[in-house]
Amino acid sequence: MSRKVIDHAAQATPPAVAHRIRGLSDRAIAWIFVAPTIVLLLAINVFPLIWTVWLSFTNYRVNRPNKEVEFIGLRNYERILTDSDTWLTMQATAHFLVWTIVLQVLIGFSLAYSINKKFKGNDLWTTIIVLPMMLSPAVVGNFWTFLYQPQIGLFNYVIAFITGVDPSSFSMIGEVSLAPWAIVIVDTWMWTPFVMLICLAGLRSIPDSIYEAAECDRASKWRQFWTITIPMVLPFLMLAVLFRGIENFKMFDLVVQLTGGGPGSVTELTSINLKREAFEKWRTGFASAYAVILFVTVFGLASIYVKALNRVKAR
Amino acid sequence: MKSKLLRSAAAIAVMTSVGVGFSNAAQAEDLTLCWAAWDPANALVELSKDFEAQSGHTMNFEFVPWPNFADRMLNELNSGGKLCDLMIGDSQWIGGSAENGHYVKLNDFFDKEGITMDDFIPATVTGYSEWPKGTPNYWALPAFGDVVGWTYRKDWFERPEIQAEFKAEYGRNLGVPETLEELKDIATFFQGREIDGKKVYGAAIYTERGSEGITMGVTNALYNYGFKYENPDKPYDLEGFVNSEAAIKGLEFYKELYDCCTPPGSSDAYMSANIDAYKSGQVAMQMNFAFIWPGVEADPNTGGGKSGYFANPAGPGGQFAQLGGQGISVVAYSEKQDAALEYIKWFAQPKVQQDWWKAGGYSALSAVVEDPGFASSQPYAQTFLDSMAIVQDFWAEPSYASLLLPMQSRVHNYVVAGQGTAKEALDGLVKDWDEVFEDEGKK
Repeated sequence: MSRKVIDHAAQATPPAVAHRIRGLSDRAIAWIFVAPTIVLLLAINVFPLIWTVWLSFTNYRVNRPNKEVEFIGLRNYERILTDSDTWLTMQATAHFLVWTIVLQVLIGFSLAYSINKKFKGNDLWTTIIVLPMMLSPAVVGNFWTFLYQPQIGLFNYVIAFITGVDPSSFSMIGEVSLAPWAIVIVDTWMWTPFVMLICLAGLRSIPDSIYEAAECDRASKWRQFWTITIPMVLPFLMLAVLFRGIENFKMFDLVVQLTGGGPGSVTELTSINLKREAFEKWRTGFASAYAVILFVTVFGLASIYVKALNRVKAR
Repeated sequence: MKSKLLRSAAAIAVMTSVGVGFSNAAQAEDLTLCWAAWDPANALVELSKDFEAQSGHTMNFEFVPWPNFADRMLNELNSGGKLCDLMIGDSQWIGGSAENGHYVKLNDFFDKEGITMDDFIPATVTGYSEWPKGTPNYWALPAFGDVVGWTYRKDWFERPEIQAEFKAEYGRNLGVPETLEELKDIATFFQGREIDGKKVYGAAIYTERGSEGITMGVTNALYNYGFKYENPDKPYDLEGFVNSEAAIKGLEFYKELYDCCTPPGSSDAYMSANIDAYKSGQVAMQMNFAFIWPGVEADPNTGGGKSGYFANPAGPGGQFAQLGGQGISVVAYSEKQDAALEYIKWFAQPKVQQDWWKAGGYSALSAVVEDPGFASSQPYAQTFLDSMAIVQDFWAEPSYASLLLPMQSRVHNYVVAGQGTAKEALDGLVKDWDEVFEDEGKK
């Protein structure tokens, strides 16, 4: 059938065109197929990147089309790197990144390990656990602002029930010491299921025969866990860390909805700060330099990490 | 084949242009007016039906909630978008919108139609229409006069047992506060008090971090303690004015008010949060823009004489209140500017302005507010007049957003997060604003 179609298409091709195509080398034909994708990538990825780098050396403001654009060298970079507020947002981002990843990996792996065991209602529990990650971050942010409300919030009541403190005596999103943890808790609630699913895939990829062989060798469960389970799940775990790391480095919506970067600036992550520079202050050149610094940071860290991941996989 | 195609194309072009010709002859346009999503906007929708009936144009509305209003609409203007033909933009946008060519200059139109700015409340003309300030260059018609004022639970204030307790504690009668210090005393008195079996709090004030909330609140304390945006004799000279001793005291006052007298969880409160706190019977007083007052009166829990209104009380440096409100402008990128100008002409009529006030909009037309019956027309009308007489506004420079963001951050850091001192916050603000004006080439 397919042979017939090809023959028909070949006959329908005008001789001149057919001749021209026949005259092309395999390499040229390959280029014809790849060219549209390359053009698209150049247009929507590479060109904006180069343009951003150029803008980062200027004082350009997108809301001042009539103002002359000046080349100001490294001044934007110097301002960003010597600004104490920038470093505070970096610290806030690092706090958020480290704690969300640590908690999500620990809880996600524990959940996956528990779910991996065969028990009644296993599928139902898996479905229930993954529900939070299916919600929109804006909805989750809104929903948790109510849970964190000191006077009517369920979260405060639960904490009050456990500790005996007055529920309205603390505000998770209004106090400097609590707000950074408030955003960590919500992100962990939302994205632990994602880490769990990746870990579950890793756990289910381990052949039973390996555990059977270990049983024959009288290896204890503890030893099996450390010498079989962990090493074989490690590449999956590292992948989950990479995904969550990249995602949380650019975290914006959830935190804006929850705290708006406050109180003060204690939860103002780099992406929120960047958005304010670019689309509220309209300092396009400055924001471009900021974006370049963040890009280099993420790209550099991710490259090192991917190399480590490949090394683990090779083992 | 080619000539057939050409003939068909020409025929379609002729038919299209004839069609366009007919539609132009009818002169009926689909106009879009952009504003914030709030009660006055709904009133304007109703009011505009009269314009539709008179002109034959159709009005569409694009309303955006306040926290996203500036972001959404300034994006629209900066990108030269054609969504809005008419824009009721915030007062602080006027400088940027004039200098960057987003708004149509209205002087010639006003002259042609006999509309004069002398007919409007002077503060609203300066605040909403002029750029540069103090010059007769008009970019908007004052559309909605607004100002920060206070609402209080008159029914609670009038209870004999509460009055007696207050007098015993403070040695004076409980009533409308004359000064900010008195306001703090009253708020402290109500904080944590039980009324009708429910714990209540002193005052709901602006503390919002994300857009402009805390700035719109704190300025009501800063102005009244002696804060100045700049040296009156030397523009853009900030040192010693923004961070003067008096300004520092004003900022400290606002923090004390936040610490002593707000309900728990008030770290990010703006207009709607304060309305909710007040209407639910949680607070004795609320700071808010005047636009909410018709809603307070209409609510069965707070209306019908249960609420009273007062202008922002005086401080050691005088009595001022933060200006709100907006002017209506024609967007320069609109292709329907003639129809949009027709709308402004219709809106400027005294009869329409009178109806605007009745519908819940705050007219800025002097003839409306100076009418002998105006002050008694609503329980809040006199307070509105008193407040409009003492207004001050935030920077309306083209770089207003760059000036607003550091103020939000510095003030929130001190007042809500409790980091650093008032002096450090205002010194930091001077540094940030200096940097903005240096970038602008104004220093």
